[in-house]
Amino acid sequence: MTRTTLLEVKNIGKSFPGVRALDDVCFSVREGSVHVLCGENGAGKSTLMKIINGLYQPDSGETFIRGQKVTIDSPIKAGELGISMIFQELNYTPEMTIEESLFVGRWPKKRFGQIDWKTIRTRTLELLQQENLAYDPETKLKDLSISNLQMLEILKAISRDADIIIMDEPTSSITNKEIEILFEKINDLRSRGKAIVYISHKMDEIFRIADDISILRDGRVVETRPKEQFDIDSVIALMVGRALDHGYPKEEVPRGDIVLEVENFSGPTGFDNISFNARKGEIVGFAGLVGAGRSEVMRALFGLDEHWHGSVKVHGVPVKIRSVQDSIKNGVVMLSEDRRRYGIVQVRDVKENVTLASMGEFFHGGRLHGAKERNRVEEICAKINVKMASIDVQVSTLSGGNQQKVVLSKWMLRNPDILILDEPTRGIDVGAKVEIYKLMTALVKEGKSIIVVSSELPELIGMCDRMYVMAGGRITGELARPDFSQETIMRYAMNMLKRAS
Amino acid sequence: MGNLITREKWQTIKSRYSIYLVLIVMIVACNLLNENFLSSRNIANISAQISVTTILAFGETLLIIGGLLDLSCGSVLALAGVMSVYIYKETGSLPVAFGVGLLFGVACNYINGILVWTFTIPAFIATLAMMTVARGVALLFTRGQNIYQISDYVWFGQGQIGFVPIPVIFMVIVGILTWYILGHTSFGRSLYAVGGNEEAARASGINIGRIKIGAYLINGAFVGLAGILMMSRTNVGAPNSGQGYEFEALTAAIIGGTSFSGGLGTAGGTLAGAFIVGFLNNIMNLTGVDSYLQQVIKGAIIALAVGYDMWAKMNRTKKTLGAARIPNEPKEAKK
Repeated sequence: MTRTTLLEVKNIGKSFPGVRALDDVCFSVREGSVHVLCGENGAGKSTLMKIINGLYQPDSGETFIRGQKVTIDSPIKAGELGISMIFQELNYTPEMTIEESLFVGRWPKKRFGQIDWKTIRTRTLELLQQENLAYDPETKLKDLSISNLQMLEILKAISRDADIIIMDEPTSSITNKEIEILFEKINDLRSRGKAIVYISHKMDEIFRIADDISILRDGRVVETRPKEQFDIDSVIALMVGRALDHGYPKEEVPRGDIVLEVENFSGPTGFDNISFNARKGEIVGFAGLVGAGRSEVMRALFGLDEHWHGSVKVHGVPVKIRSVQDSIKNGVVMLSEDRRRYGIVQVRDVKENVTLASMGEFFHGGRLHGAKERNRVEEICAKINVKMASIDVQVSTLSGGNQQKVVLSKWMLRNPDILILDEPTRGIDVGAKVEIYKLMTALVKEGKSIIVVSSELPELIGMCDRMYVMAGGRITGELARPDFSQETIMRYAMNMLKRAS
Repeated sequence: MGNLITREKWQTIKSRYSIYLVLIVMIVACNLLNENFLSSRNIANISAQISVTTILAFGETLLIIGGLLDLSCGSVLALAGVMSVYIYKETGSLPVAFGVGLLFGVACNYINGILVWTFTIPAFIATLAMMTVARGVALLFTRGQNIYQISDYVWFGQGQIGFVPIPVIFMVIVGILTWYILGHTSFGRSLYAVGGNEEAARASGINIGRIKIGAYLINGAFVGLAGILMMSRTNVGAPNSGQGYEFEALTAAIIGGTSFSGGLGTAGGTLAGAFIVGFLNNIMNLTGVDSYLQQVIKGAIIALAVGYDMWAKMNRTKKTLGAARIPNEPKEAKK
C-alpha cells in the first residue's frame, strides 16, 4: 500500500549573512510514518524546520502539502495547513491552566465575546479521554514536568487537527521513563495516519522510532533511506563525513609545562568529576554535543557559576575561584559563547568595551588617562583587525564578527596566560573565523595556552593539539592530535565507544 | 567609507547634542515671549529655584545609568533636612549640621543599596519602602511639627557670593562632581557597564555590588545636601517638604536623555533637562498660563521627549546598521 505524501519541500535554499544555511534541500514525509532528520549541530535541521513552520522564508524552493503547492509565510498559516511544531525549548505561561493553554488564541466565544469556559471544559475532557491522559484540566502549567508539557503540546497539535507534527529533539530534557511514554504516543500517532518529523542525533532513539532517516550535513541532505538500509556506523559516517577543510592556519608550537590543572571539578550546573590540564603553548579542545556540560565547566572555572568541589592549579599553584575577579587575577580569561549576554555592553562604545576588564591600567587614583587609553585601544583593535569607523562607535552597530573581535580585544588587553574560548566562531562569517584561527595560532606562539569549546568538529580537529570529549557532564575521552577522527569523537560524544568496539 | 564616517558622526552628534539644541531654542523662544526672561536676576532666580531638584536629578542620573532608581529621595531629603536643622539648633554649628545632613542622606541610601544588592529587592520597591519609612521617621522625630527660627542656617539656601546664590554654587559643584565621576573615573565607567549589561560587566571582573552600593552612597550625599538647601531656602525644618520631588528629579534626568534601560546618560544632559523644566515653569508663570494646565503641558513634554528619544534611537540603529554592514561584509567575504 502506498501512502500519500503529506509534506514535501523541494530545492529549498536559505542564506544568512555569511552563511549558506540550506542548499537545495529536498525532504518529504508520508502519512502514518516517522521521518527522522539527523545531523550535527549547525547542519541546518532547525533552519529547515523553521522554514516549514513559517518562521523563516526560504530564498528559493517550493513547498507542497498533499501535492498542493503552498506558501507558508507565518506559523499561523502553518497551523492552518495542519503543521504543528513542538519546540525543543518549550515556551509556556506558567500561570495558565491546561484547558486555557490548549485553546489559547482560539478560545470558543459566546455571543457577547465572553470566553465559553463550559465548551472548553467539555472539549478538554473529551480530548484527554480520547488520548488516554489523566490530567486535571485546572492544573497550572508551572506544576507540570517537561514531559507533561510536551504531551500537552502534542495534545494541542491533535486538537488542531494537525496532520504533520514536527518534534525538535523532544527527548533532550526528559527521563528514560518519560521517553517510553513519548514513544508510545508517537507510535499511536503513526498508527492514526499522522506524519511525524522527528529531529534527533541520539542513535538509539533514531533506530527505535524511525521509518525513514534523512541525514543533513552542511545545509544539504546527503542521504535519505528507509531505516533498514542504515546502521549506526553509516549514520555517523554520513553525519560527519565532510571532507576536512585543510584551510586551518595551524602551526606546531613547542609545548611547555602544565599551566592549568583542574581535578575532580564538580558543580551544580551539571558537570561531575572533571579533570583536565593544559600546557604552555597548547590548544586544548573540548568536543561534545550541545548539553554535554562543556560550557558549564568553563563558566564555573571562570567564576561565573559556582562549583561544589575540585581543585584548580594555575602554574602549579592551587587557586580558589569565587568570582570572575579571582580568575582574571590568575591570568585566566573567558570568551563566552553568549556574546550578547556576557561579552559586550551594546549601548557603550568600542573603547569602553575594550578597556572594561583592565581599567586599572588607565585610571590612576580614580583618574582617567584618556590619551593613553585611546592609544592602547587603537593599537589592540588594529592588531585584532576590528573593522569600525572609529573606537567611539557603539558596539551594537558592528557586525557579529567584529563584536566578537571587540570582546577578544578586551581580553588581549589584559595579556592573559590562559584563554578559554567558548564557541569563538559561532554566528560569524567565514572571513572573521579564519582571522580568529590565525589569532589563536599567534597567541600560542607567544606562549599562551588556549582552551577551546566548539560544536564544530572540523574546527577542533583543525586547530587543537589535544582534545577532551564530554557527554552527560563527564569527560568520556581524551585524544591526542594524531588520533583525531570525527568518527571517534562522535562516538565518545555519544558515549557509545564501548558498544561499538 | 568616508560617507559612512560622516553619517555615523552626524548620528552621534545629533543624538548627543540634540538636548542642548532644544535648550537654546527654548531660551530664544522664551526671550521673545518675555523681554525680562534673560535678565541676570531672572536667570539667577530660576537657577536657585531648580537647584534642589537638580541636585536630586544628578543623583538619579547616576542611579538610572547603573540600572537603578531612587524613589525615596523626596522623603530622605526631608529626614536629612530636619535632622540637620535640629542639630544646628542644638549645637549652633553650621559645619556639624551640614555633616549630619549628609550623613542621614548617605545612611538611608546605604540601606537602599543593601536592600537592592544583598537582598535583591528591585530598586523600585526597595526605595518605595524607604520613601515611606524615611517620611515616617521625619514626622515621628518632629512629631509632625515644623522647626522654626533657624537663624544663620538659612545661609546655605539664601546666601550669595557676588550675585550667585549659594544653592546654585552647590548645584554646579554637584554637577561637576557627577560629570567627573561619570566620565573620568573607573567607577563611572563601571556604572555605565553595569547598567548597560550587568552580566557582561560581571564577566569582565567588575564587582557589581560595590558599584551599585557606591552609586547609592553618592546619591545619598546629594540627597542630604538637597535636604539642607531645601530647609534653609524655605526658612523652616519641615518634615513634610520634598513630596513629589523624586518625580521632578526623574523628569529632569529623563528629559536630559538618561535612558531608563540603563547605560546611557550624562551630567550635562541632566542639567539641560533641569533647565528646560525650570524655564518652562518660569515662562508659563510669566505669561500667566493656568497652573493646572501647566501640569498637563509638563506631562506631555515628558512623553514627547522620551518618545522622540526612543524613535530616534530606533532610526539610528536601523541606519547605522545598514551603513556599517554594507562596507564591512564584502571585504570579509573576499578573504
